[in-house]
Amino acid sequence: MAGVGGSSLLEVRDLSVRFRTRDGVVQAVSNLSFTLERGETLGVVGESGSGKSVTSLAIMGLLNRNFADITGEILFEGRDLLKLSPAELRKVRGKDVSMIFQDPFACLHPMYRVGSQIAEAVRAHSDVSKSVAQARAVELLDAVGIPNAAVRARDYPHQFSGGMRQRAMIAMALVHNPAVLIADEPTTALDVTVQAQIVELIDKVKRDFNVGVMLITHDLGVVAETASHVLVMYGGRAMEYGPSYEIFHAAQHPYAWGLLESMPRVDRKLDVLIPIEGSPPSLLNPPPGCPFNPRCKYRFDACDKQSPKLVQLPGGHLDSCFLSTERKQAEWRDKVSEEISQ
Amino acid sequence: MLLYLARRLLWTILVVLVVMFVTFLVFFKLPNGDPALRFAGKSPTTASLAEIHKRLHLDKPFYVEYGYFVKNFAVGDDQGWPGLGYSYGNYVSVRSEILERAPRTLFLVAGAATLWLIFGVAIGVLSAVKRRTWIDRVAMGFALFGISAPVFWLGLMSLFVVWKKLGLTGGSGYVPLSDGIGAWFSHMILPWTVLALLYIAIYARLTRNNLLETLGEDYIRTARAKGLSERTVIFKHGLRASLSPIATIFGLDIALLVGGAIITESVFNIQGLGWLAFNGAITQDLPSVLGVVICTATAVAVMNLVVDVVYAFLDPRVRYA
Repeated sequence: MAGVGGSSLLEVRDLSVRFRTRDGVVQAVSNLSFTLERGETLGVVGESGSGKSVTSLAIMGLLNRNFADITGEILFEGRDLLKLSPAELRKVRGKDVSMIFQDPFACLHPMYRVGSQIAEAVRAHSDVSKSVAQARAVELLDAVGIPNAAVRARDYPHQFSGGMRQRAMIAMALVHNPAVLIADEPTTALDVTVQAQIVELIDKVKRDFNVGVMLITHDLGVVAETASHVLVMYGGRAMEYGPSYEIFHAAQHPYAWGLLESMPRVDRKLDVLIPIEGSPPSLLNPPPGCPFNPRCKYRFDACDKQSPKLVQLPGGHLDSCFLSTERKQAEWRDKVSEEISQ
Repeated sequence: MLLYLARRLLWTILVVLVVMFVTFLVFFKLPNGDPALRFAGKSPTTASLAEIHKRLHLDKPFYVEYGYFVKNFAVGDDQGWPGLGYSYGNYVSVRSEILERAPRTLFLVAGAATLWLIFGVAIGVLSAVKRRTWIDRVAMGFALFGISAPVFWLGLMSLFVVWKKLGLTGGSGYVPLSDGIGAWFSHMILPWTVLALLYIAIYARLTRNNLLETLGEDYIRTARAKGLSERTVIFKHGLRASLSPIATIFGLDIALLVGGAIITESVFNIQGLGWLAFNGAITQDLPSVLGVVICTATAVAVMNLVVDVVYAFLDPRVRYA
């Protein structure tokens, strides 16, 4: 998965994030590694509290280093973002690496006009006049599909609908043609019809601007549609990581199976959804061994002794589980055949 | 906007009328001595009392007197507009009395308000940005002191130390601006500081808490994600959103102090509106009390209007029709 010749666009190596809190140390992310190339979408999936957002905030340098211990490397075009000074990092943030967030209702400043907020992003990294920045803002609002952009740029956020605000956020993220776009659950707060439009827009942006997209989401459907690679996270760890074709057609990890099973589908009539029983582990006091073991249907002796390493499987696929390959293949075959029989 | 202002102005007039009426009601329904006794000299006769009653309209029911008062107020009396009548205490025109006292109070409040707004907000911002450091702790310790220390004690201590011992400023009493700006300033600086201290403390805490809350908002994260400098994030994005509640409280604090800086005025012997109201109240001098009440009510109503207009400027989501 490494870039051909030279370094990858974004390479995260052995990233760990710990928060020191009054109640103890929260291990939010443990030994996470992945890479992202231009024009590619990496889907990051997992339940709430699995460390997805913390990972993205660490890449953006938005975690307060006074409270968060961050170890490992975040290499952007070979440069370790974790070693940059705050001032150097600020030059990367919003320029080379930009981010859109989950709740577009809360992410725009309520007291400034949408256009001027985007223009501000323009001027944060380039020395242009206000009118040039404003023109660029209008151009981008137009590009993300805001009708009548020149007029709407003078609106305040409360005059925009949720979908329009998310479009505006995307426009804001694109002002400097970033190389990496991190989208942290960009559709969660939106109506279903609007969700599809935003997903499409992000995909279009990926192609038009040739950016590497890190798409964090609960929605496996979105990932299946747009991602070239998938990272399944749980308890701050990578459970499974590989090309999305592999993950969707030959998932290896019981947690990934659970996620896939719990996804409601139109083509399958079900009386009930199949949830993953239990809830995600407390990161303050994680279970010993594999973080998923208390909820895993397949757990055995080894699972709570030590935590399994990510193991390379054929097809560029990494998996972190003690179950034997034969067992997994058998289980997966059963699931697939079950599905066919239904 | 014009329609809105006109409507608000009408409301202001109504409020002042109601406040005046209530003041009348309280004055006449409370058991107290006959004000005419004070005019009549040492040995009042029934005839002279009746004379005075007639002149002051005290022989009529209070609502009639209220009517006379409102009429004089609206069209003016022999002292000019607005007609406020004469003090029962010394037969001085209340209008001239207020015109003499009001600048003292207004200067006192304006100076103190400037100080407390600047220092209160500055300390609050510093405290929020440096939260959980020794700077924050020192600032909040100071705030606790400012809120706890009584104004009369602070006033007397500051007079004793700064004026009496160090001789750095003028003493108590009010020196009009016409006697030279230096002397005026030298007599105002201590009252300003003492009055402001309490409010600096309150505003510092208010600013700190508001700003900390705002800095946790998602749009602040967006501002950081854009790559803006921390200075821009805090002042342009954070402080802007924290200012609305501060503007509200600021307007009301100023308005209330116009008639209520009594302790500060007493300690520093400034004899402004608060002093006038206080003396009027203990000597049952209705016209003086009414004069100050009208000033305060008008100040509150006007400041409320100013606050609302400022609010609309600060927050575009608020629009008036």
